[in-house]
Amino acid sequence: MSTSPGTTAVLRTEARLFGRELGSLFWIVVFPTALLCILGAIPSFREPGEWSEQGLRVIDFYVPTSILLSMVLAAIMAMPPVVFAYREGGVLRRLRTTPVGPSAILIAQVMLHAAAVLASSVLVFVVGAVAFDTPLPESWAGYLLAYLLAVVAAFSIGAVVTAVTPNARVGTAIGTIVFFPAMFTAGVWVPIQALPDTLRTVLGFTPLSAASEAMTDAMAGGFPDLSHLAVVAAWGAVLSLIAVRTFRWE
Amino acid sequence: MRAPAVVVDDLRKRYGDTAAVDGVSFAVEHGEIFGILGPNGAGKTTIVESIAGLRTGDAGSIRVHGVDPWTDREALTRILGIQLQESRLQAKITVREALELWSAFYDDPLPWRDLAARVGLAGLLAARFSKLSGGQQQRLSIALALVGRPQVAILDELSTGLDPRVRQEVWQLVREVRDTGVTILLVTHSMEEAQHLCDRVAIVDGGRIRALDTPVGLIRAAGAGTTMRFTPSAPIDLQSLRELAGVSSVHADGGGRVVVQGSEDAVVLVMSSLAAQRAVPQGLHVASGSLDSAYLDLTAAETAAETAEEHR
Repeated sequence: MSTSPGTTAVLRTEARLFGRELGSLFWIVVFPTALLCILGAIPSFREPGEWSEQGLRVIDFYVPTSILLSMVLAAIMAMPPVVFAYREGGVLRRLRTTPVGPSAILIAQVMLHAAAVLASSVLVFVVGAVAFDTPLPESWAGYLLAYLLAVVAAFSIGAVVTAVTPNARVGTAIGTIVFFPAMFTAGVWVPIQALPDTLRTVLGFTPLSAASEAMTDAMAGGFPDLSHLAVVAAWGAVLSLIAVRTFRWE
Repeated sequence: MRAPAVVVDDLRKRYGDTAAVDGVSFAVEHGEIFGILGPNGAGKTTIVESIAGLRTGDAGSIRVHGVDPWTDREALTRILGIQLQESRLQAKITVREALELWSAFYDDPLPWRDLAARVGLAGLLAARFSKLSGGQQQRLSIALALVGRPQVAILDELSTGLDPRVRQEVWQLVREVRDTGVTILLVTHSMEEAQHLCDRVAIVDGGRIRALDTPVGLIRAAGAGTTMRFTPSAPIDLQSLRELAGVSSVHADGGGRVVVQGSEDAVVLVMSSLAAQRAVPQGLHVASGSLDSAYLDLTAAETAAETAEEHR
């Protein structure tokens, strides 16, 4: 059922509905860039940090972090409640009785939230480069690879939250519990690279910190450390598998 | 000879320790409106959801136009449309978008504008699902079940939440859809609905079929046929009335009134017999038996039988 007219119609309809979720669109698309601008307005953040091996400024670190933030907001905060509502309201069940099937609507939701992340990332990237002169990646290949793996990892976290929760109330609570560590490990509060070495090493095993390290490396150094890429990829693979295995359609 | 549209053979389904459906078999003919009637928790929804492929029975088999709904969902969805109980759509989808979306699922959908007009939603195309009243949501749900030109349509609690006028319109729509050759399975706990719409009704209770017949047949079987009450203007021969075709009982109550029970057809025969005896039926009152009383009689008889069994 790859690209049947029905699947396309589901995507089109979900895109319209997504366009009505102004709150979600603001947080995913606008907020990360707004955060970057606010932080960029602080003069000391535009000075090279002593703690940075590559002589990067705080604001430079916030480019990958803001991009990761948009992934967290889309995959963990915005998307799960939509799926809860579809599951509890019987939309998925209803679609099971049509030739299209319920997976089409979930695929559409992931695609649309991922598209919003992409738009947000481009915005962060362009505003960063134009307004704050943040560096472009030294290794585009490494940057894009780290980016893609991070998208997969972030959405698989959201997918697991959606899969394991029995109802919307519990799901929203779990989403919030996952959200704060996700923000922290993405480096929203403190850049990962500014943390003490031990903590930084430990955080390197979390998907978002590893993604932040890899994207920063690709920005300022060259092709990122394979160990960081491997950590992000492994999280994405394991969590996706768990989500697929445990997802309940009803 | 064509096989029946829907065949359910010895369907069984347990949830934990309780048997929701405990050996149900029936066949629905093409173009029939088949009612499944019973109290809440009787197993009605489990039966139709098994037919729709949403549940898989523990035992037994089902065929819908020859398709096994438990193994060939893809083929089933092209011939079966279902209106689910308490099923919601995306909160912000409009009526028009929902109809367009569902139309895109099928190769040869009904024109959705006509359908919207027939369920009385023509003026609400731009309204979002969450802003619709319960009855409007219900009507949209019915429209979506029918838009794919299904050969079999399942309508679960069709008229719940509809006001009487809209209910009549929806009933009319169901009849019209049937007249185009669609087979309809109607789940209901409304006797009135079953009596008005259904060609045949299965009364389900405790996961089993307690009775299966036409509404009239069920009423007759329960001995709750048409009742006539009148006071004859001249003495009449009660025995001659008893001998009429379709009359099941005749007796005189204390005040000179005669009570005749029997089939609907018996009414005319009783009238002509009275005319022949030159008696006018004064204060004539004719009441047709309702499925209501038949249903209560049937389920009450079953309950009594079960109680007796338990005491053995």
